[in-house]
Amino acid sequence: MSETTSAEFFATLLMQGFAGISLFSVLLLMALGLAIIFGQMGVINMAHGEFMAIGSYTTYILSVLASEQGWLDIYFPFSLIAAFIVAGVAGYLLEIVLIRHLYQRPLDTLLATWGVSLILQQIFRSVFGAREVSPELPEWIMGSVQPGEGIDIPVNGLFVLGLAGLVTAGVALMMFRSRWGLQVRATSQNRLIAGAVGIDTQQVDRITFALGCGLAGVAGAAFTTIASTGPTSGSLYIVDTFLVVVFGGAASMVGTLASAFTIGQAQSILEFLMTGSMAKVLTLVTVVGLLMMRPEGLFTAKVRR
Amino acid sequence: MEPERGSPQASLSDLFSILQDPKEMLIMSIQCSKKLDQAFRRLLPFSLALLLGTSGTATAASVNTTGLAVTDTTVTVGDLHSATGTMAISEIGSIQAEMLAIDQINAAGGVLGRKIEVIKEDGASDWPTFAEKARKLLVKDKVAAVFGCWTSASRKAVLPVFEKENGLLYYPTFYEGLEQSKNVIYTGQEATQQIIAGLDWMAKEKGAKTFFLIGSDYIWPRTSNKIARKHIENVLKGKVVGEEYYPLGHTNFRTLINKVKAAKPDVIYSIVVGGSNVSWFKQLKAAGITGDKANLLTISTTEDEVKGIGGENVLGFYSAMKYFQSLDNANNKAFVQAFKTKYGADSVIGDVTQAAYLGPWLWKAAVEKAGSFDVDKVAAASPGIELNTAPEGYVKVHPNHHLWSKLRIGKWKKDGQVDVIYESGLIEPNPFPEGYQ
Amino acid sequence: MTSLLEYYRRIPASWRGLLILALVLLVVFPLLMGSFRLNLVGKYLCFAYVALGLVLAWGYGGILSLGQGVFFGLGGYCMAMYLKLEASDPVSTAIQSTPGIPDFMDWNQLTELPWFWEPFHNLPFTLLAILVLPTLFAYVLSLAMFRRRVGGVYFAIITQAVALILSTLIIGQQGYTGGVNGITDLKTLEGWDIRTDAAKTVLYFVCCGLLIVCIVASQFILKSKLGLLLVAMRDKEERVRFSGYSVADLKVFVFCVAALFSAIGGALFTLQVGFMSPSFVGIVPSVEMVIFAAVGGRLSLVGAIYGCLMVNFGKTYFSEAFPELWLFLMGGLFIGIVMFFPNGMAGLFQSGGRESLKQLWRGLIHMRHHDRPSPRVDEASLDSSLEPRS
Repeated sequence: MSETTSAEFFATLLMQGFAGISLFSVLLLMALGLAIIFGQMGVINMAHGEFMAIGSYTTYILSVLASEQGWLDIYFPFSLIAAFIVAGVAGYLLEIVLIRHLYQRPLDTLLATWGVSLILQQIFRSVFGAREVSPELPEWIMGSVQPGEGIDIPVNGLFVLGLAGLVTAGVALMMFRSRWGLQVRATSQNRLIAGAVGIDTQQVDRITFALGCGLAGVAGAAFTTIASTGPTSGSLYIVDTFLVVVFGGAASMVGTLASAFTIGQAQSILEFLMTGSMAKVLTLVTVVGLLMMRPEGLFTAKVRR
Repeated sequence: MEPERGSPQASLSDLFSILQDPKEMLIMSIQCSKKLDQAFRRLLPFSLALLLGTSGTATAASVNTTGLAVTDTTVTVGDLHSATGTMAISEIGSIQAEMLAIDQINAAGGVLGRKIEVIKEDGASDWPTFAEKARKLLVKDKVAAVFGCWTSASRKAVLPVFEKENGLLYYPTFYEGLEQSKNVIYTGQEATQQIIAGLDWMAKEKGAKTFFLIGSDYIWPRTSNKIARKHIENVLKGKVVGEEYYPLGHTNFRTLINKVKAAKPDVIYSIVVGGSNVSWFKQLKAAGITGDKANLLTISTTEDEVKGIGGENVLGFYSAMKYFQSLDNANNKAFVQAFKTKYGADSVIGDVTQAAYLGPWLWKAAVEKAGSFDVDKVAAASPGIELNTAPEGYVKVHPNHHLWSKLRIGKWKKDGQVDVIYESGLIEPNPFPEGYQ
Repeated sequence: MTSLLEYYRRIPASWRGLLILALVLLVVFPLLMGSFRLNLVGKYLCFAYVALGLVLAWGYGGILSLGQGVFFGLGGYCMAMYLKLEASDPVSTAIQSTPGIPDFMDWNQLTELPWFWEPFHNLPFTLLAILVLPTLFAYVLSLAMFRRRVGGVYFAIITQAVALILSTLIIGQQGYTGGVNGITDLKTLEGWDIRTDAAKTVLYFVCCGLLIVCIVASQFILKSKLGLLLVAMRDKEERVRFSGYSVADLKVFVFCVAALFSAIGGALFTLQVGFMSPSFVGIVPSVEMVIFAAVGGRLSLVGAIYGCLMVNFGKTYFSEAFPELWLFLMGGLFIGIVMFFPNGMAGLFQSGGRESLKQLWRGLIHMRHHDRPSPRVDEASLDSSLEPRS
């Protein structure tokens, strides 16, 4: 091996730290929507990954339109919004048609939404084909910045990180500072009483579910800067996402944040030390092991259920 | 030259029984006139077809003694790929190429005067399903040959079935070698054909001494990298500064890229497969590893993958394989033209698609050489079969059932095609390479 | 003829379903089908073991495991390891650089057999391992969780994660496990060629026989006090706990039985199909196995077998005839069963269709009113499956 100077060692360390942080931001973006749906409503949405794919495909469609119009440089922020809306509306409809009938039966929700995910996958395949697609991205997002010699920080990583921060802040604001957030928390704590004090719990459920799905859509859109999208790519992440939420403590936003950070860093450090497959296995085993010791997760919400 | 016909007594008594039934006679005469018509058409185009026209009069019993699905006018073959599931992305190109070849063969008069009929089965990216469908094709449908499989896993799953039921499989993918079967013809390259010449070229042209080997975590990348490592260390006297594997479908390569940067190899040798490719190359570019700064040689990225990755993300990197869509020869131009006419102008053709296209043609040539559809005879006739019309140029079947072929190195351009910058001589297939195990 | 009918009447009603099933499997199918189809049915029946276990654990115990593929796979891999060692004798592997070890190990530059493969030279050990190893794993896994009262959804997610871990591990350690390809090219069992049609037919009957034994065993469990406790626990866990029973132990027991059944199914699968691969261990197959039980009826032992056969036949047929439609159908099946027929085909059958149609109607009405009571605790169907009126 060629000689490694201390400066290079430092640069590697720095970039490796960033690799962990960008994995963290990806996990966080994916888990946020689920944390709302699962954490607040207690609904298991196995089709969450497919809602991400809806966001990705929305971005893809927009990129095709944009390249026809010559708007490639500016379309991407709009596609995030579009992805949010499309996935959100789809979630809203799903809540009306299916989810609301199953609130008392979490295990059955799990199976039914698995069915939804199969159907969505086949729809993607019929519409977009089995081949994976990836939208044409503006040049500025694909480059890297070089704050120092030998250090390359990818712009798309920074972008996803920034977006994750923004979305988290937005969700936190809505949850804890808005009237709607109050209603959501009230409903999740005691549906009957919440209804009795005049909260339209049905409407709250619907909006909450739609919001969670919309966030999945945003995650999907952001994900196109990193990976391609195929009919089954949503299902690749579903277990990781669930583990992040459960590991953090289902009803705790801070927990989700912390567990995404822990898992992201742990995995990328392990990857540096061993093969990718083994790093993944070790991370998952640790998480499952800890969950068996401490089923309530890292952080418990300060509510009695 | 002329295959033996059915015994005259039998056909005479057949004739008598037919004469007694006017309806049979009518049917018979219609069939006869159809056959005559076909025979006449066959006489028209090529001298090859002329040859077929005469042998086409042979009865089914004489060209097929093992109960295969062969009639006087048709022969049935199977097509077994994943039309659904995760592998569909890669395998659809192979299905298309095989259908194109079969259509062309039928248009030129078929095989031994018989039109090829295809039973398509879907392996659904699921290895047990492959085994089940393979058994169905061989046992129930009695197909004369099967064109199919893509991944090593699916081939490994069907191989015992083909050997047990004595079927014939034409397998199109470049693969890890270490296998040789009477019942399989491998139309893609085995590992040594694809690796050694490419590494030699890198060492000679770029003066490369240090290599970083990367692969998806399964048998083909691992075996290929094993061969690459032996060649680098023992023959090129170079050094392998890293060897890394990631699960199929993995999308986060930042850590790997950091490892590569820390190791500073002269060449990044990549065998990343499937959807992971897109993330891998996008993240390489985002980390500032681009074609003008680093040498990257891959044996897994074809035009098919680049369509998904985007040409700008692989610009200036190198691929080593036997076929590229942009090969400049008359066979290939006709092939690309026909493919695009059939499947749309924006379709692309990768290495495996071309290898899949060879399957039906090689089978046809072997059947005609054997004068029979019987699997044993076709398998025995296969070694030595030559194809001058292959899009990749000239190929020849080796006694070990692999193909002699050339290796080309292509440099990727922004439009998702390559400049072919190097071409080796014909390389002998060697699935069990000495000194590389 | 009348006397036959008389005999039939004398059989307790709860065993009639089993008798009919046995007739169908042991007489009707072998008479109607050629060896190819029969082998297919045999393959499907291996999944029926998993479905049977799920009826116990999920339908009666209320424990939904999305990781049954793990146990199916463990059983299957144990069998495959034995068969692979038998197939890799030094003579037939002479071409390798290290003859006498499985081919995939040789490709991965292993020069000797790993220690944990060694005992699998021995058939009695292998058979024991098939039964004990998955059960033990299920025991350890479930004891830790049920003691801490992890239940319901969390258990489902964690079992799913275990399925992901095991399949990633198998794929990642291909020198020891065969990787994505799995363990292939299995030939003989104690010198007996398992690839011939005759062998496959024999294996089919072995598979049916063991399945019937498993059903009878399950029937006994459900008829005993244990079965009653299971149902009580599912519906009012706290009360059972307050009555002095250890809920955790009950759950662990039923989960282990389910794991044991799955493992037997896996081992028989390996024998009949001739290989084992990680594609049976992962998340997707594990969830599919749940639908087998759901279609048949999560409260009916016999129903699970029919459900399993039906879904698999449907899969084979539709994926051949209309590959596009298959996922739609499968997805629709998941949703439809959950929404309208929580007790599956068995529920439909037991009530002569009336009860289920009523339920469907109720369901449709409640879609508008939206305060539908949980249909899981459907008294009528519970009664009929537990203590059928004769």
